Amino acid sequence: MPDQLIFGMEVFLNGLMAGVLYALVALGFVLIYKASGIFNYAQGVMALFAALTLVGIMEGQVPFSHLINAIFGTEIHHFGWHVPALAAILLTMVVMVALAWAVNTLIFKHLVNQEPIILFMATIGLAYFLEGFGDMMWGSDIKTMDVGLPQGINDVIDETTAGWFGYGFFIDNLDIVATVIAAALVFTLIVFAQYTKQGRAMRAVADDHQAALSVGISLNFIWVMVWSLAGFVALVAGIMWGTKSGVQFSLSLIALKALPVLMLGGFTSIPGAIVGGLLIGVGEKLFEFAIGAPYLGGATEIWFAYVLALIFLVFRPQGLFGEKIIERV
Amino acid sequence: MLDQIEGYTTEDGRKIGGVVMEMKNITLRFGGVVAIQDISFDVREGEIRAIIGPNGAGKSSMLNVISGFYNPQEGEVWYKGEKRPQMKPYQVAQQGIARTFQNIALFEGMSVLDNVMTGRIRQMKSGLFAQALWKGKAEREEVENRAFVERIIDFLEIQHIRKTPVGRLPYGLKKRVELARALAAEPSILLLDEPMAGMNVEEKEDMSRFVLDVNDEFGTTIVLIEHDMGVVMDLSDRVVVMDYGKKIGDGTPDEVRSNQAVIDAYLGVAHD
Repeated sequence: MPDQLIFGMEVFLNGLMAGVLYALVALGFVLIYKASGIFNYAQGVMALFAALTLVGIMEGQVPFSHLINAIFGTEIHHFGWHVPALAAILLTMVVMVALAWAVNTLIFKHLVNQEPIILFMATIGLAYFLEGFGDMMWGSDIKTMDVGLPQGINDVIDETTAGWFGYGFFIDNLDIVATVIAAALVFTLIVFAQYTKQGRAMRAVADDHQAALSVGISLNFIWVMVWSLAGFVALVAGIMWGTKSGVQFSLSLIALKALPVLMLGGFTSIPGAIVGGLLIGVGEKLFEFAIGAPYLGGATEIWFAYVLALIFLVFRPQGLFGEKIIERV
Repeated sequence: MLDQIEGYTTEDGRKIGGVVMEMKNITLRFGGVVAIQDISFDVREGEIRAIIGPNGAGKSSMLNVISGFYNPQEGEVWYKGEKRPQMKPYQVAQQGIARTFQNIALFEGMSVLDNVMTGRIRQMKSGLFAQALWKGKAEREEVENRAFVERIIDFLEIQHIRKTPVGRLPYGLKKRVELARALAAEPSILLLDEPMAGMNVEEKEDMSRFVLDVNDEFGTTIVLIEHDMGVVMDLSDRVVVMDYGKKIGDGTPDEVRSNQAVIDAYLGVAHD
C-alpha cells in the first residue's frame, strides 16, 4: 500500500477523533437551541467554566481566593485537601445546575418572546460575564486536568497497524475514550428526548410555548432542565479538551468551531451535531494533509470549516439534518 | 329557575350535575381598557356551556382567565368547591382544565400521534430512569396511555393521519387534532376557543357532532366560545352572553334568544 494512503488513513482517524470533540460542543448548542430558540454563544465558555470548576474542586482551591485575600488581607489559597475525581465531577454538576437555574431565572425568564437577536446578545453578555466570573472564582492561570482518563498512544492500535502496514498509527487513548463517551452521551440524549415524559415535554416546548403550557408543561422547569443538560454536555466537553490541552482560555474558542459544525448538521438535530462534527474534523484534517500542506502553505485548518459551512449555507441552508424551512404563503 | 345545588336534567335526558366551576365578579383590565367587567357565572358538571358575544366582547379574555393565561385584577375563580389561588397556565392544566386555541397551538414538527400523546403528560408519573429503561410501571403506563390516545384518535376519526407531521395538515384537521390533544388529558373541564372559526359549513357540522359526542361519550364538561349564534344555540345547554366586557344575558338558549339586550347587541340598536 502506498505510504500516502496509509498516512491518509491515520489522518482520517485522527480527524474523526477531533470531530468528536467539536460534536460535543455543538451538541450543547443544539440542546438549548431546540428547546428555547436561543443560540447560546456562551456554550464554549460554559465548557471552560465547568473545567475550571472541576479542577478547582479537585485541588481544593478556595473559590474567590484572590478577592477574599484582597479584602481581608489574608493569604488563603487552598483548603489543603484533594477531592477524588468522581466526587468532584458530581459537585461540578451541581454547580452547573445552579448556573442553569441562575441563567434562566435572572436572564432568560425576563426575555421571553423577545427577538432572537436580543436573546443572542444576552448570551454574548453571559459569555463574557462567565469568563470573568470563572477567572475571579478560580484564577486565570493555566491548569492541568487529570481525572484519570487514559492518555498517550494506544499500543494495541500501534502494534496492529504496524503489523499490517509496517507503520504504526498514532491514536491517542484519550481520543478513543472521548469517542466512546460522546457516543454514549448522544445515545442517552436521544433516548431521553424520544421516550421520556421530560423529553417529550422538551420537544413540546421547543415547538410551541402556548400549546406546551396548555397541556400542563412548566416552561421554566424545562428551560432550567435544558440549560442543565447543556451544562452537563459542557462539562464533558470541558473534561475532554481540558485533559487534552490544559484548562485555559482558548478552550472557550472551540465554541466558534461549533458554528460551522451546526451549519453542516443543522441547528435542531442531535444526530446532525455529531455527523457535522465528524465531517468537519475529518474534512479539515484531510484537506490540510492532501491539499493544504503541500500546495497552500498549510494552516488551512483555521479556515476550512468556515468555508465549508459557507458552501453549505448557499446550497442547503437548513443543514444536513435540520428541519426543512417551509413557509406557507 | 335552575336548581342551585342539585343540577337538572336536560330535555334530551342528560343528567347535569352540581357546580364544578364558578366565576365570581371577575374584572380584567389591560391598562385603561376594561376587557371584562364584574362578570359572574357558573359551570355545571356535564353541561355544555357557551360564552357568546360579538367580536371584542371579551369572550377570549374570559377563557384565558379560566385557563390561567390571564390573571384578573378582581374577582375569584372557584373550582371544585375551592377558591383557586393565582395560577400559571400549566398549573391550571395539571388541575384538569384542558383547552384549545382560536388560532390553533399545536406542535407543528411532531406527528399527530405525538401531539395527542403530549396531552397525556399529566397522567405520566413514573420516574425518569424507569421511563428511559422502559421498565415495570413505566412500560405499563406508556401502554395504557397509548391505548387511551388511540381511542381518542379513533373517536375523532383521525386514524389515517396518525403519523403525519401536524404542520402538513389542513386547517380543519388541525382543529380536530387540537381537540384530540385536549381530550387526551381526560379533562374535567374542556375549554374550546371558537372551535368552528374559519370552517366551512360541512366542517362546522362535523365539529358540532364531535363536541356533542365528546360530551355524551366521556361526560366531559365543555365551555365553548363562539360568535356564530346559530351553532351555539343548537349545541349548548346554557349560554352566557357578553358585550363590551359585560354580561348581558345568561340562561338556556331559548331564554337568551328572547332577551332584549342580547337582540340589541347582535342586531344593533338605534340610540336616540
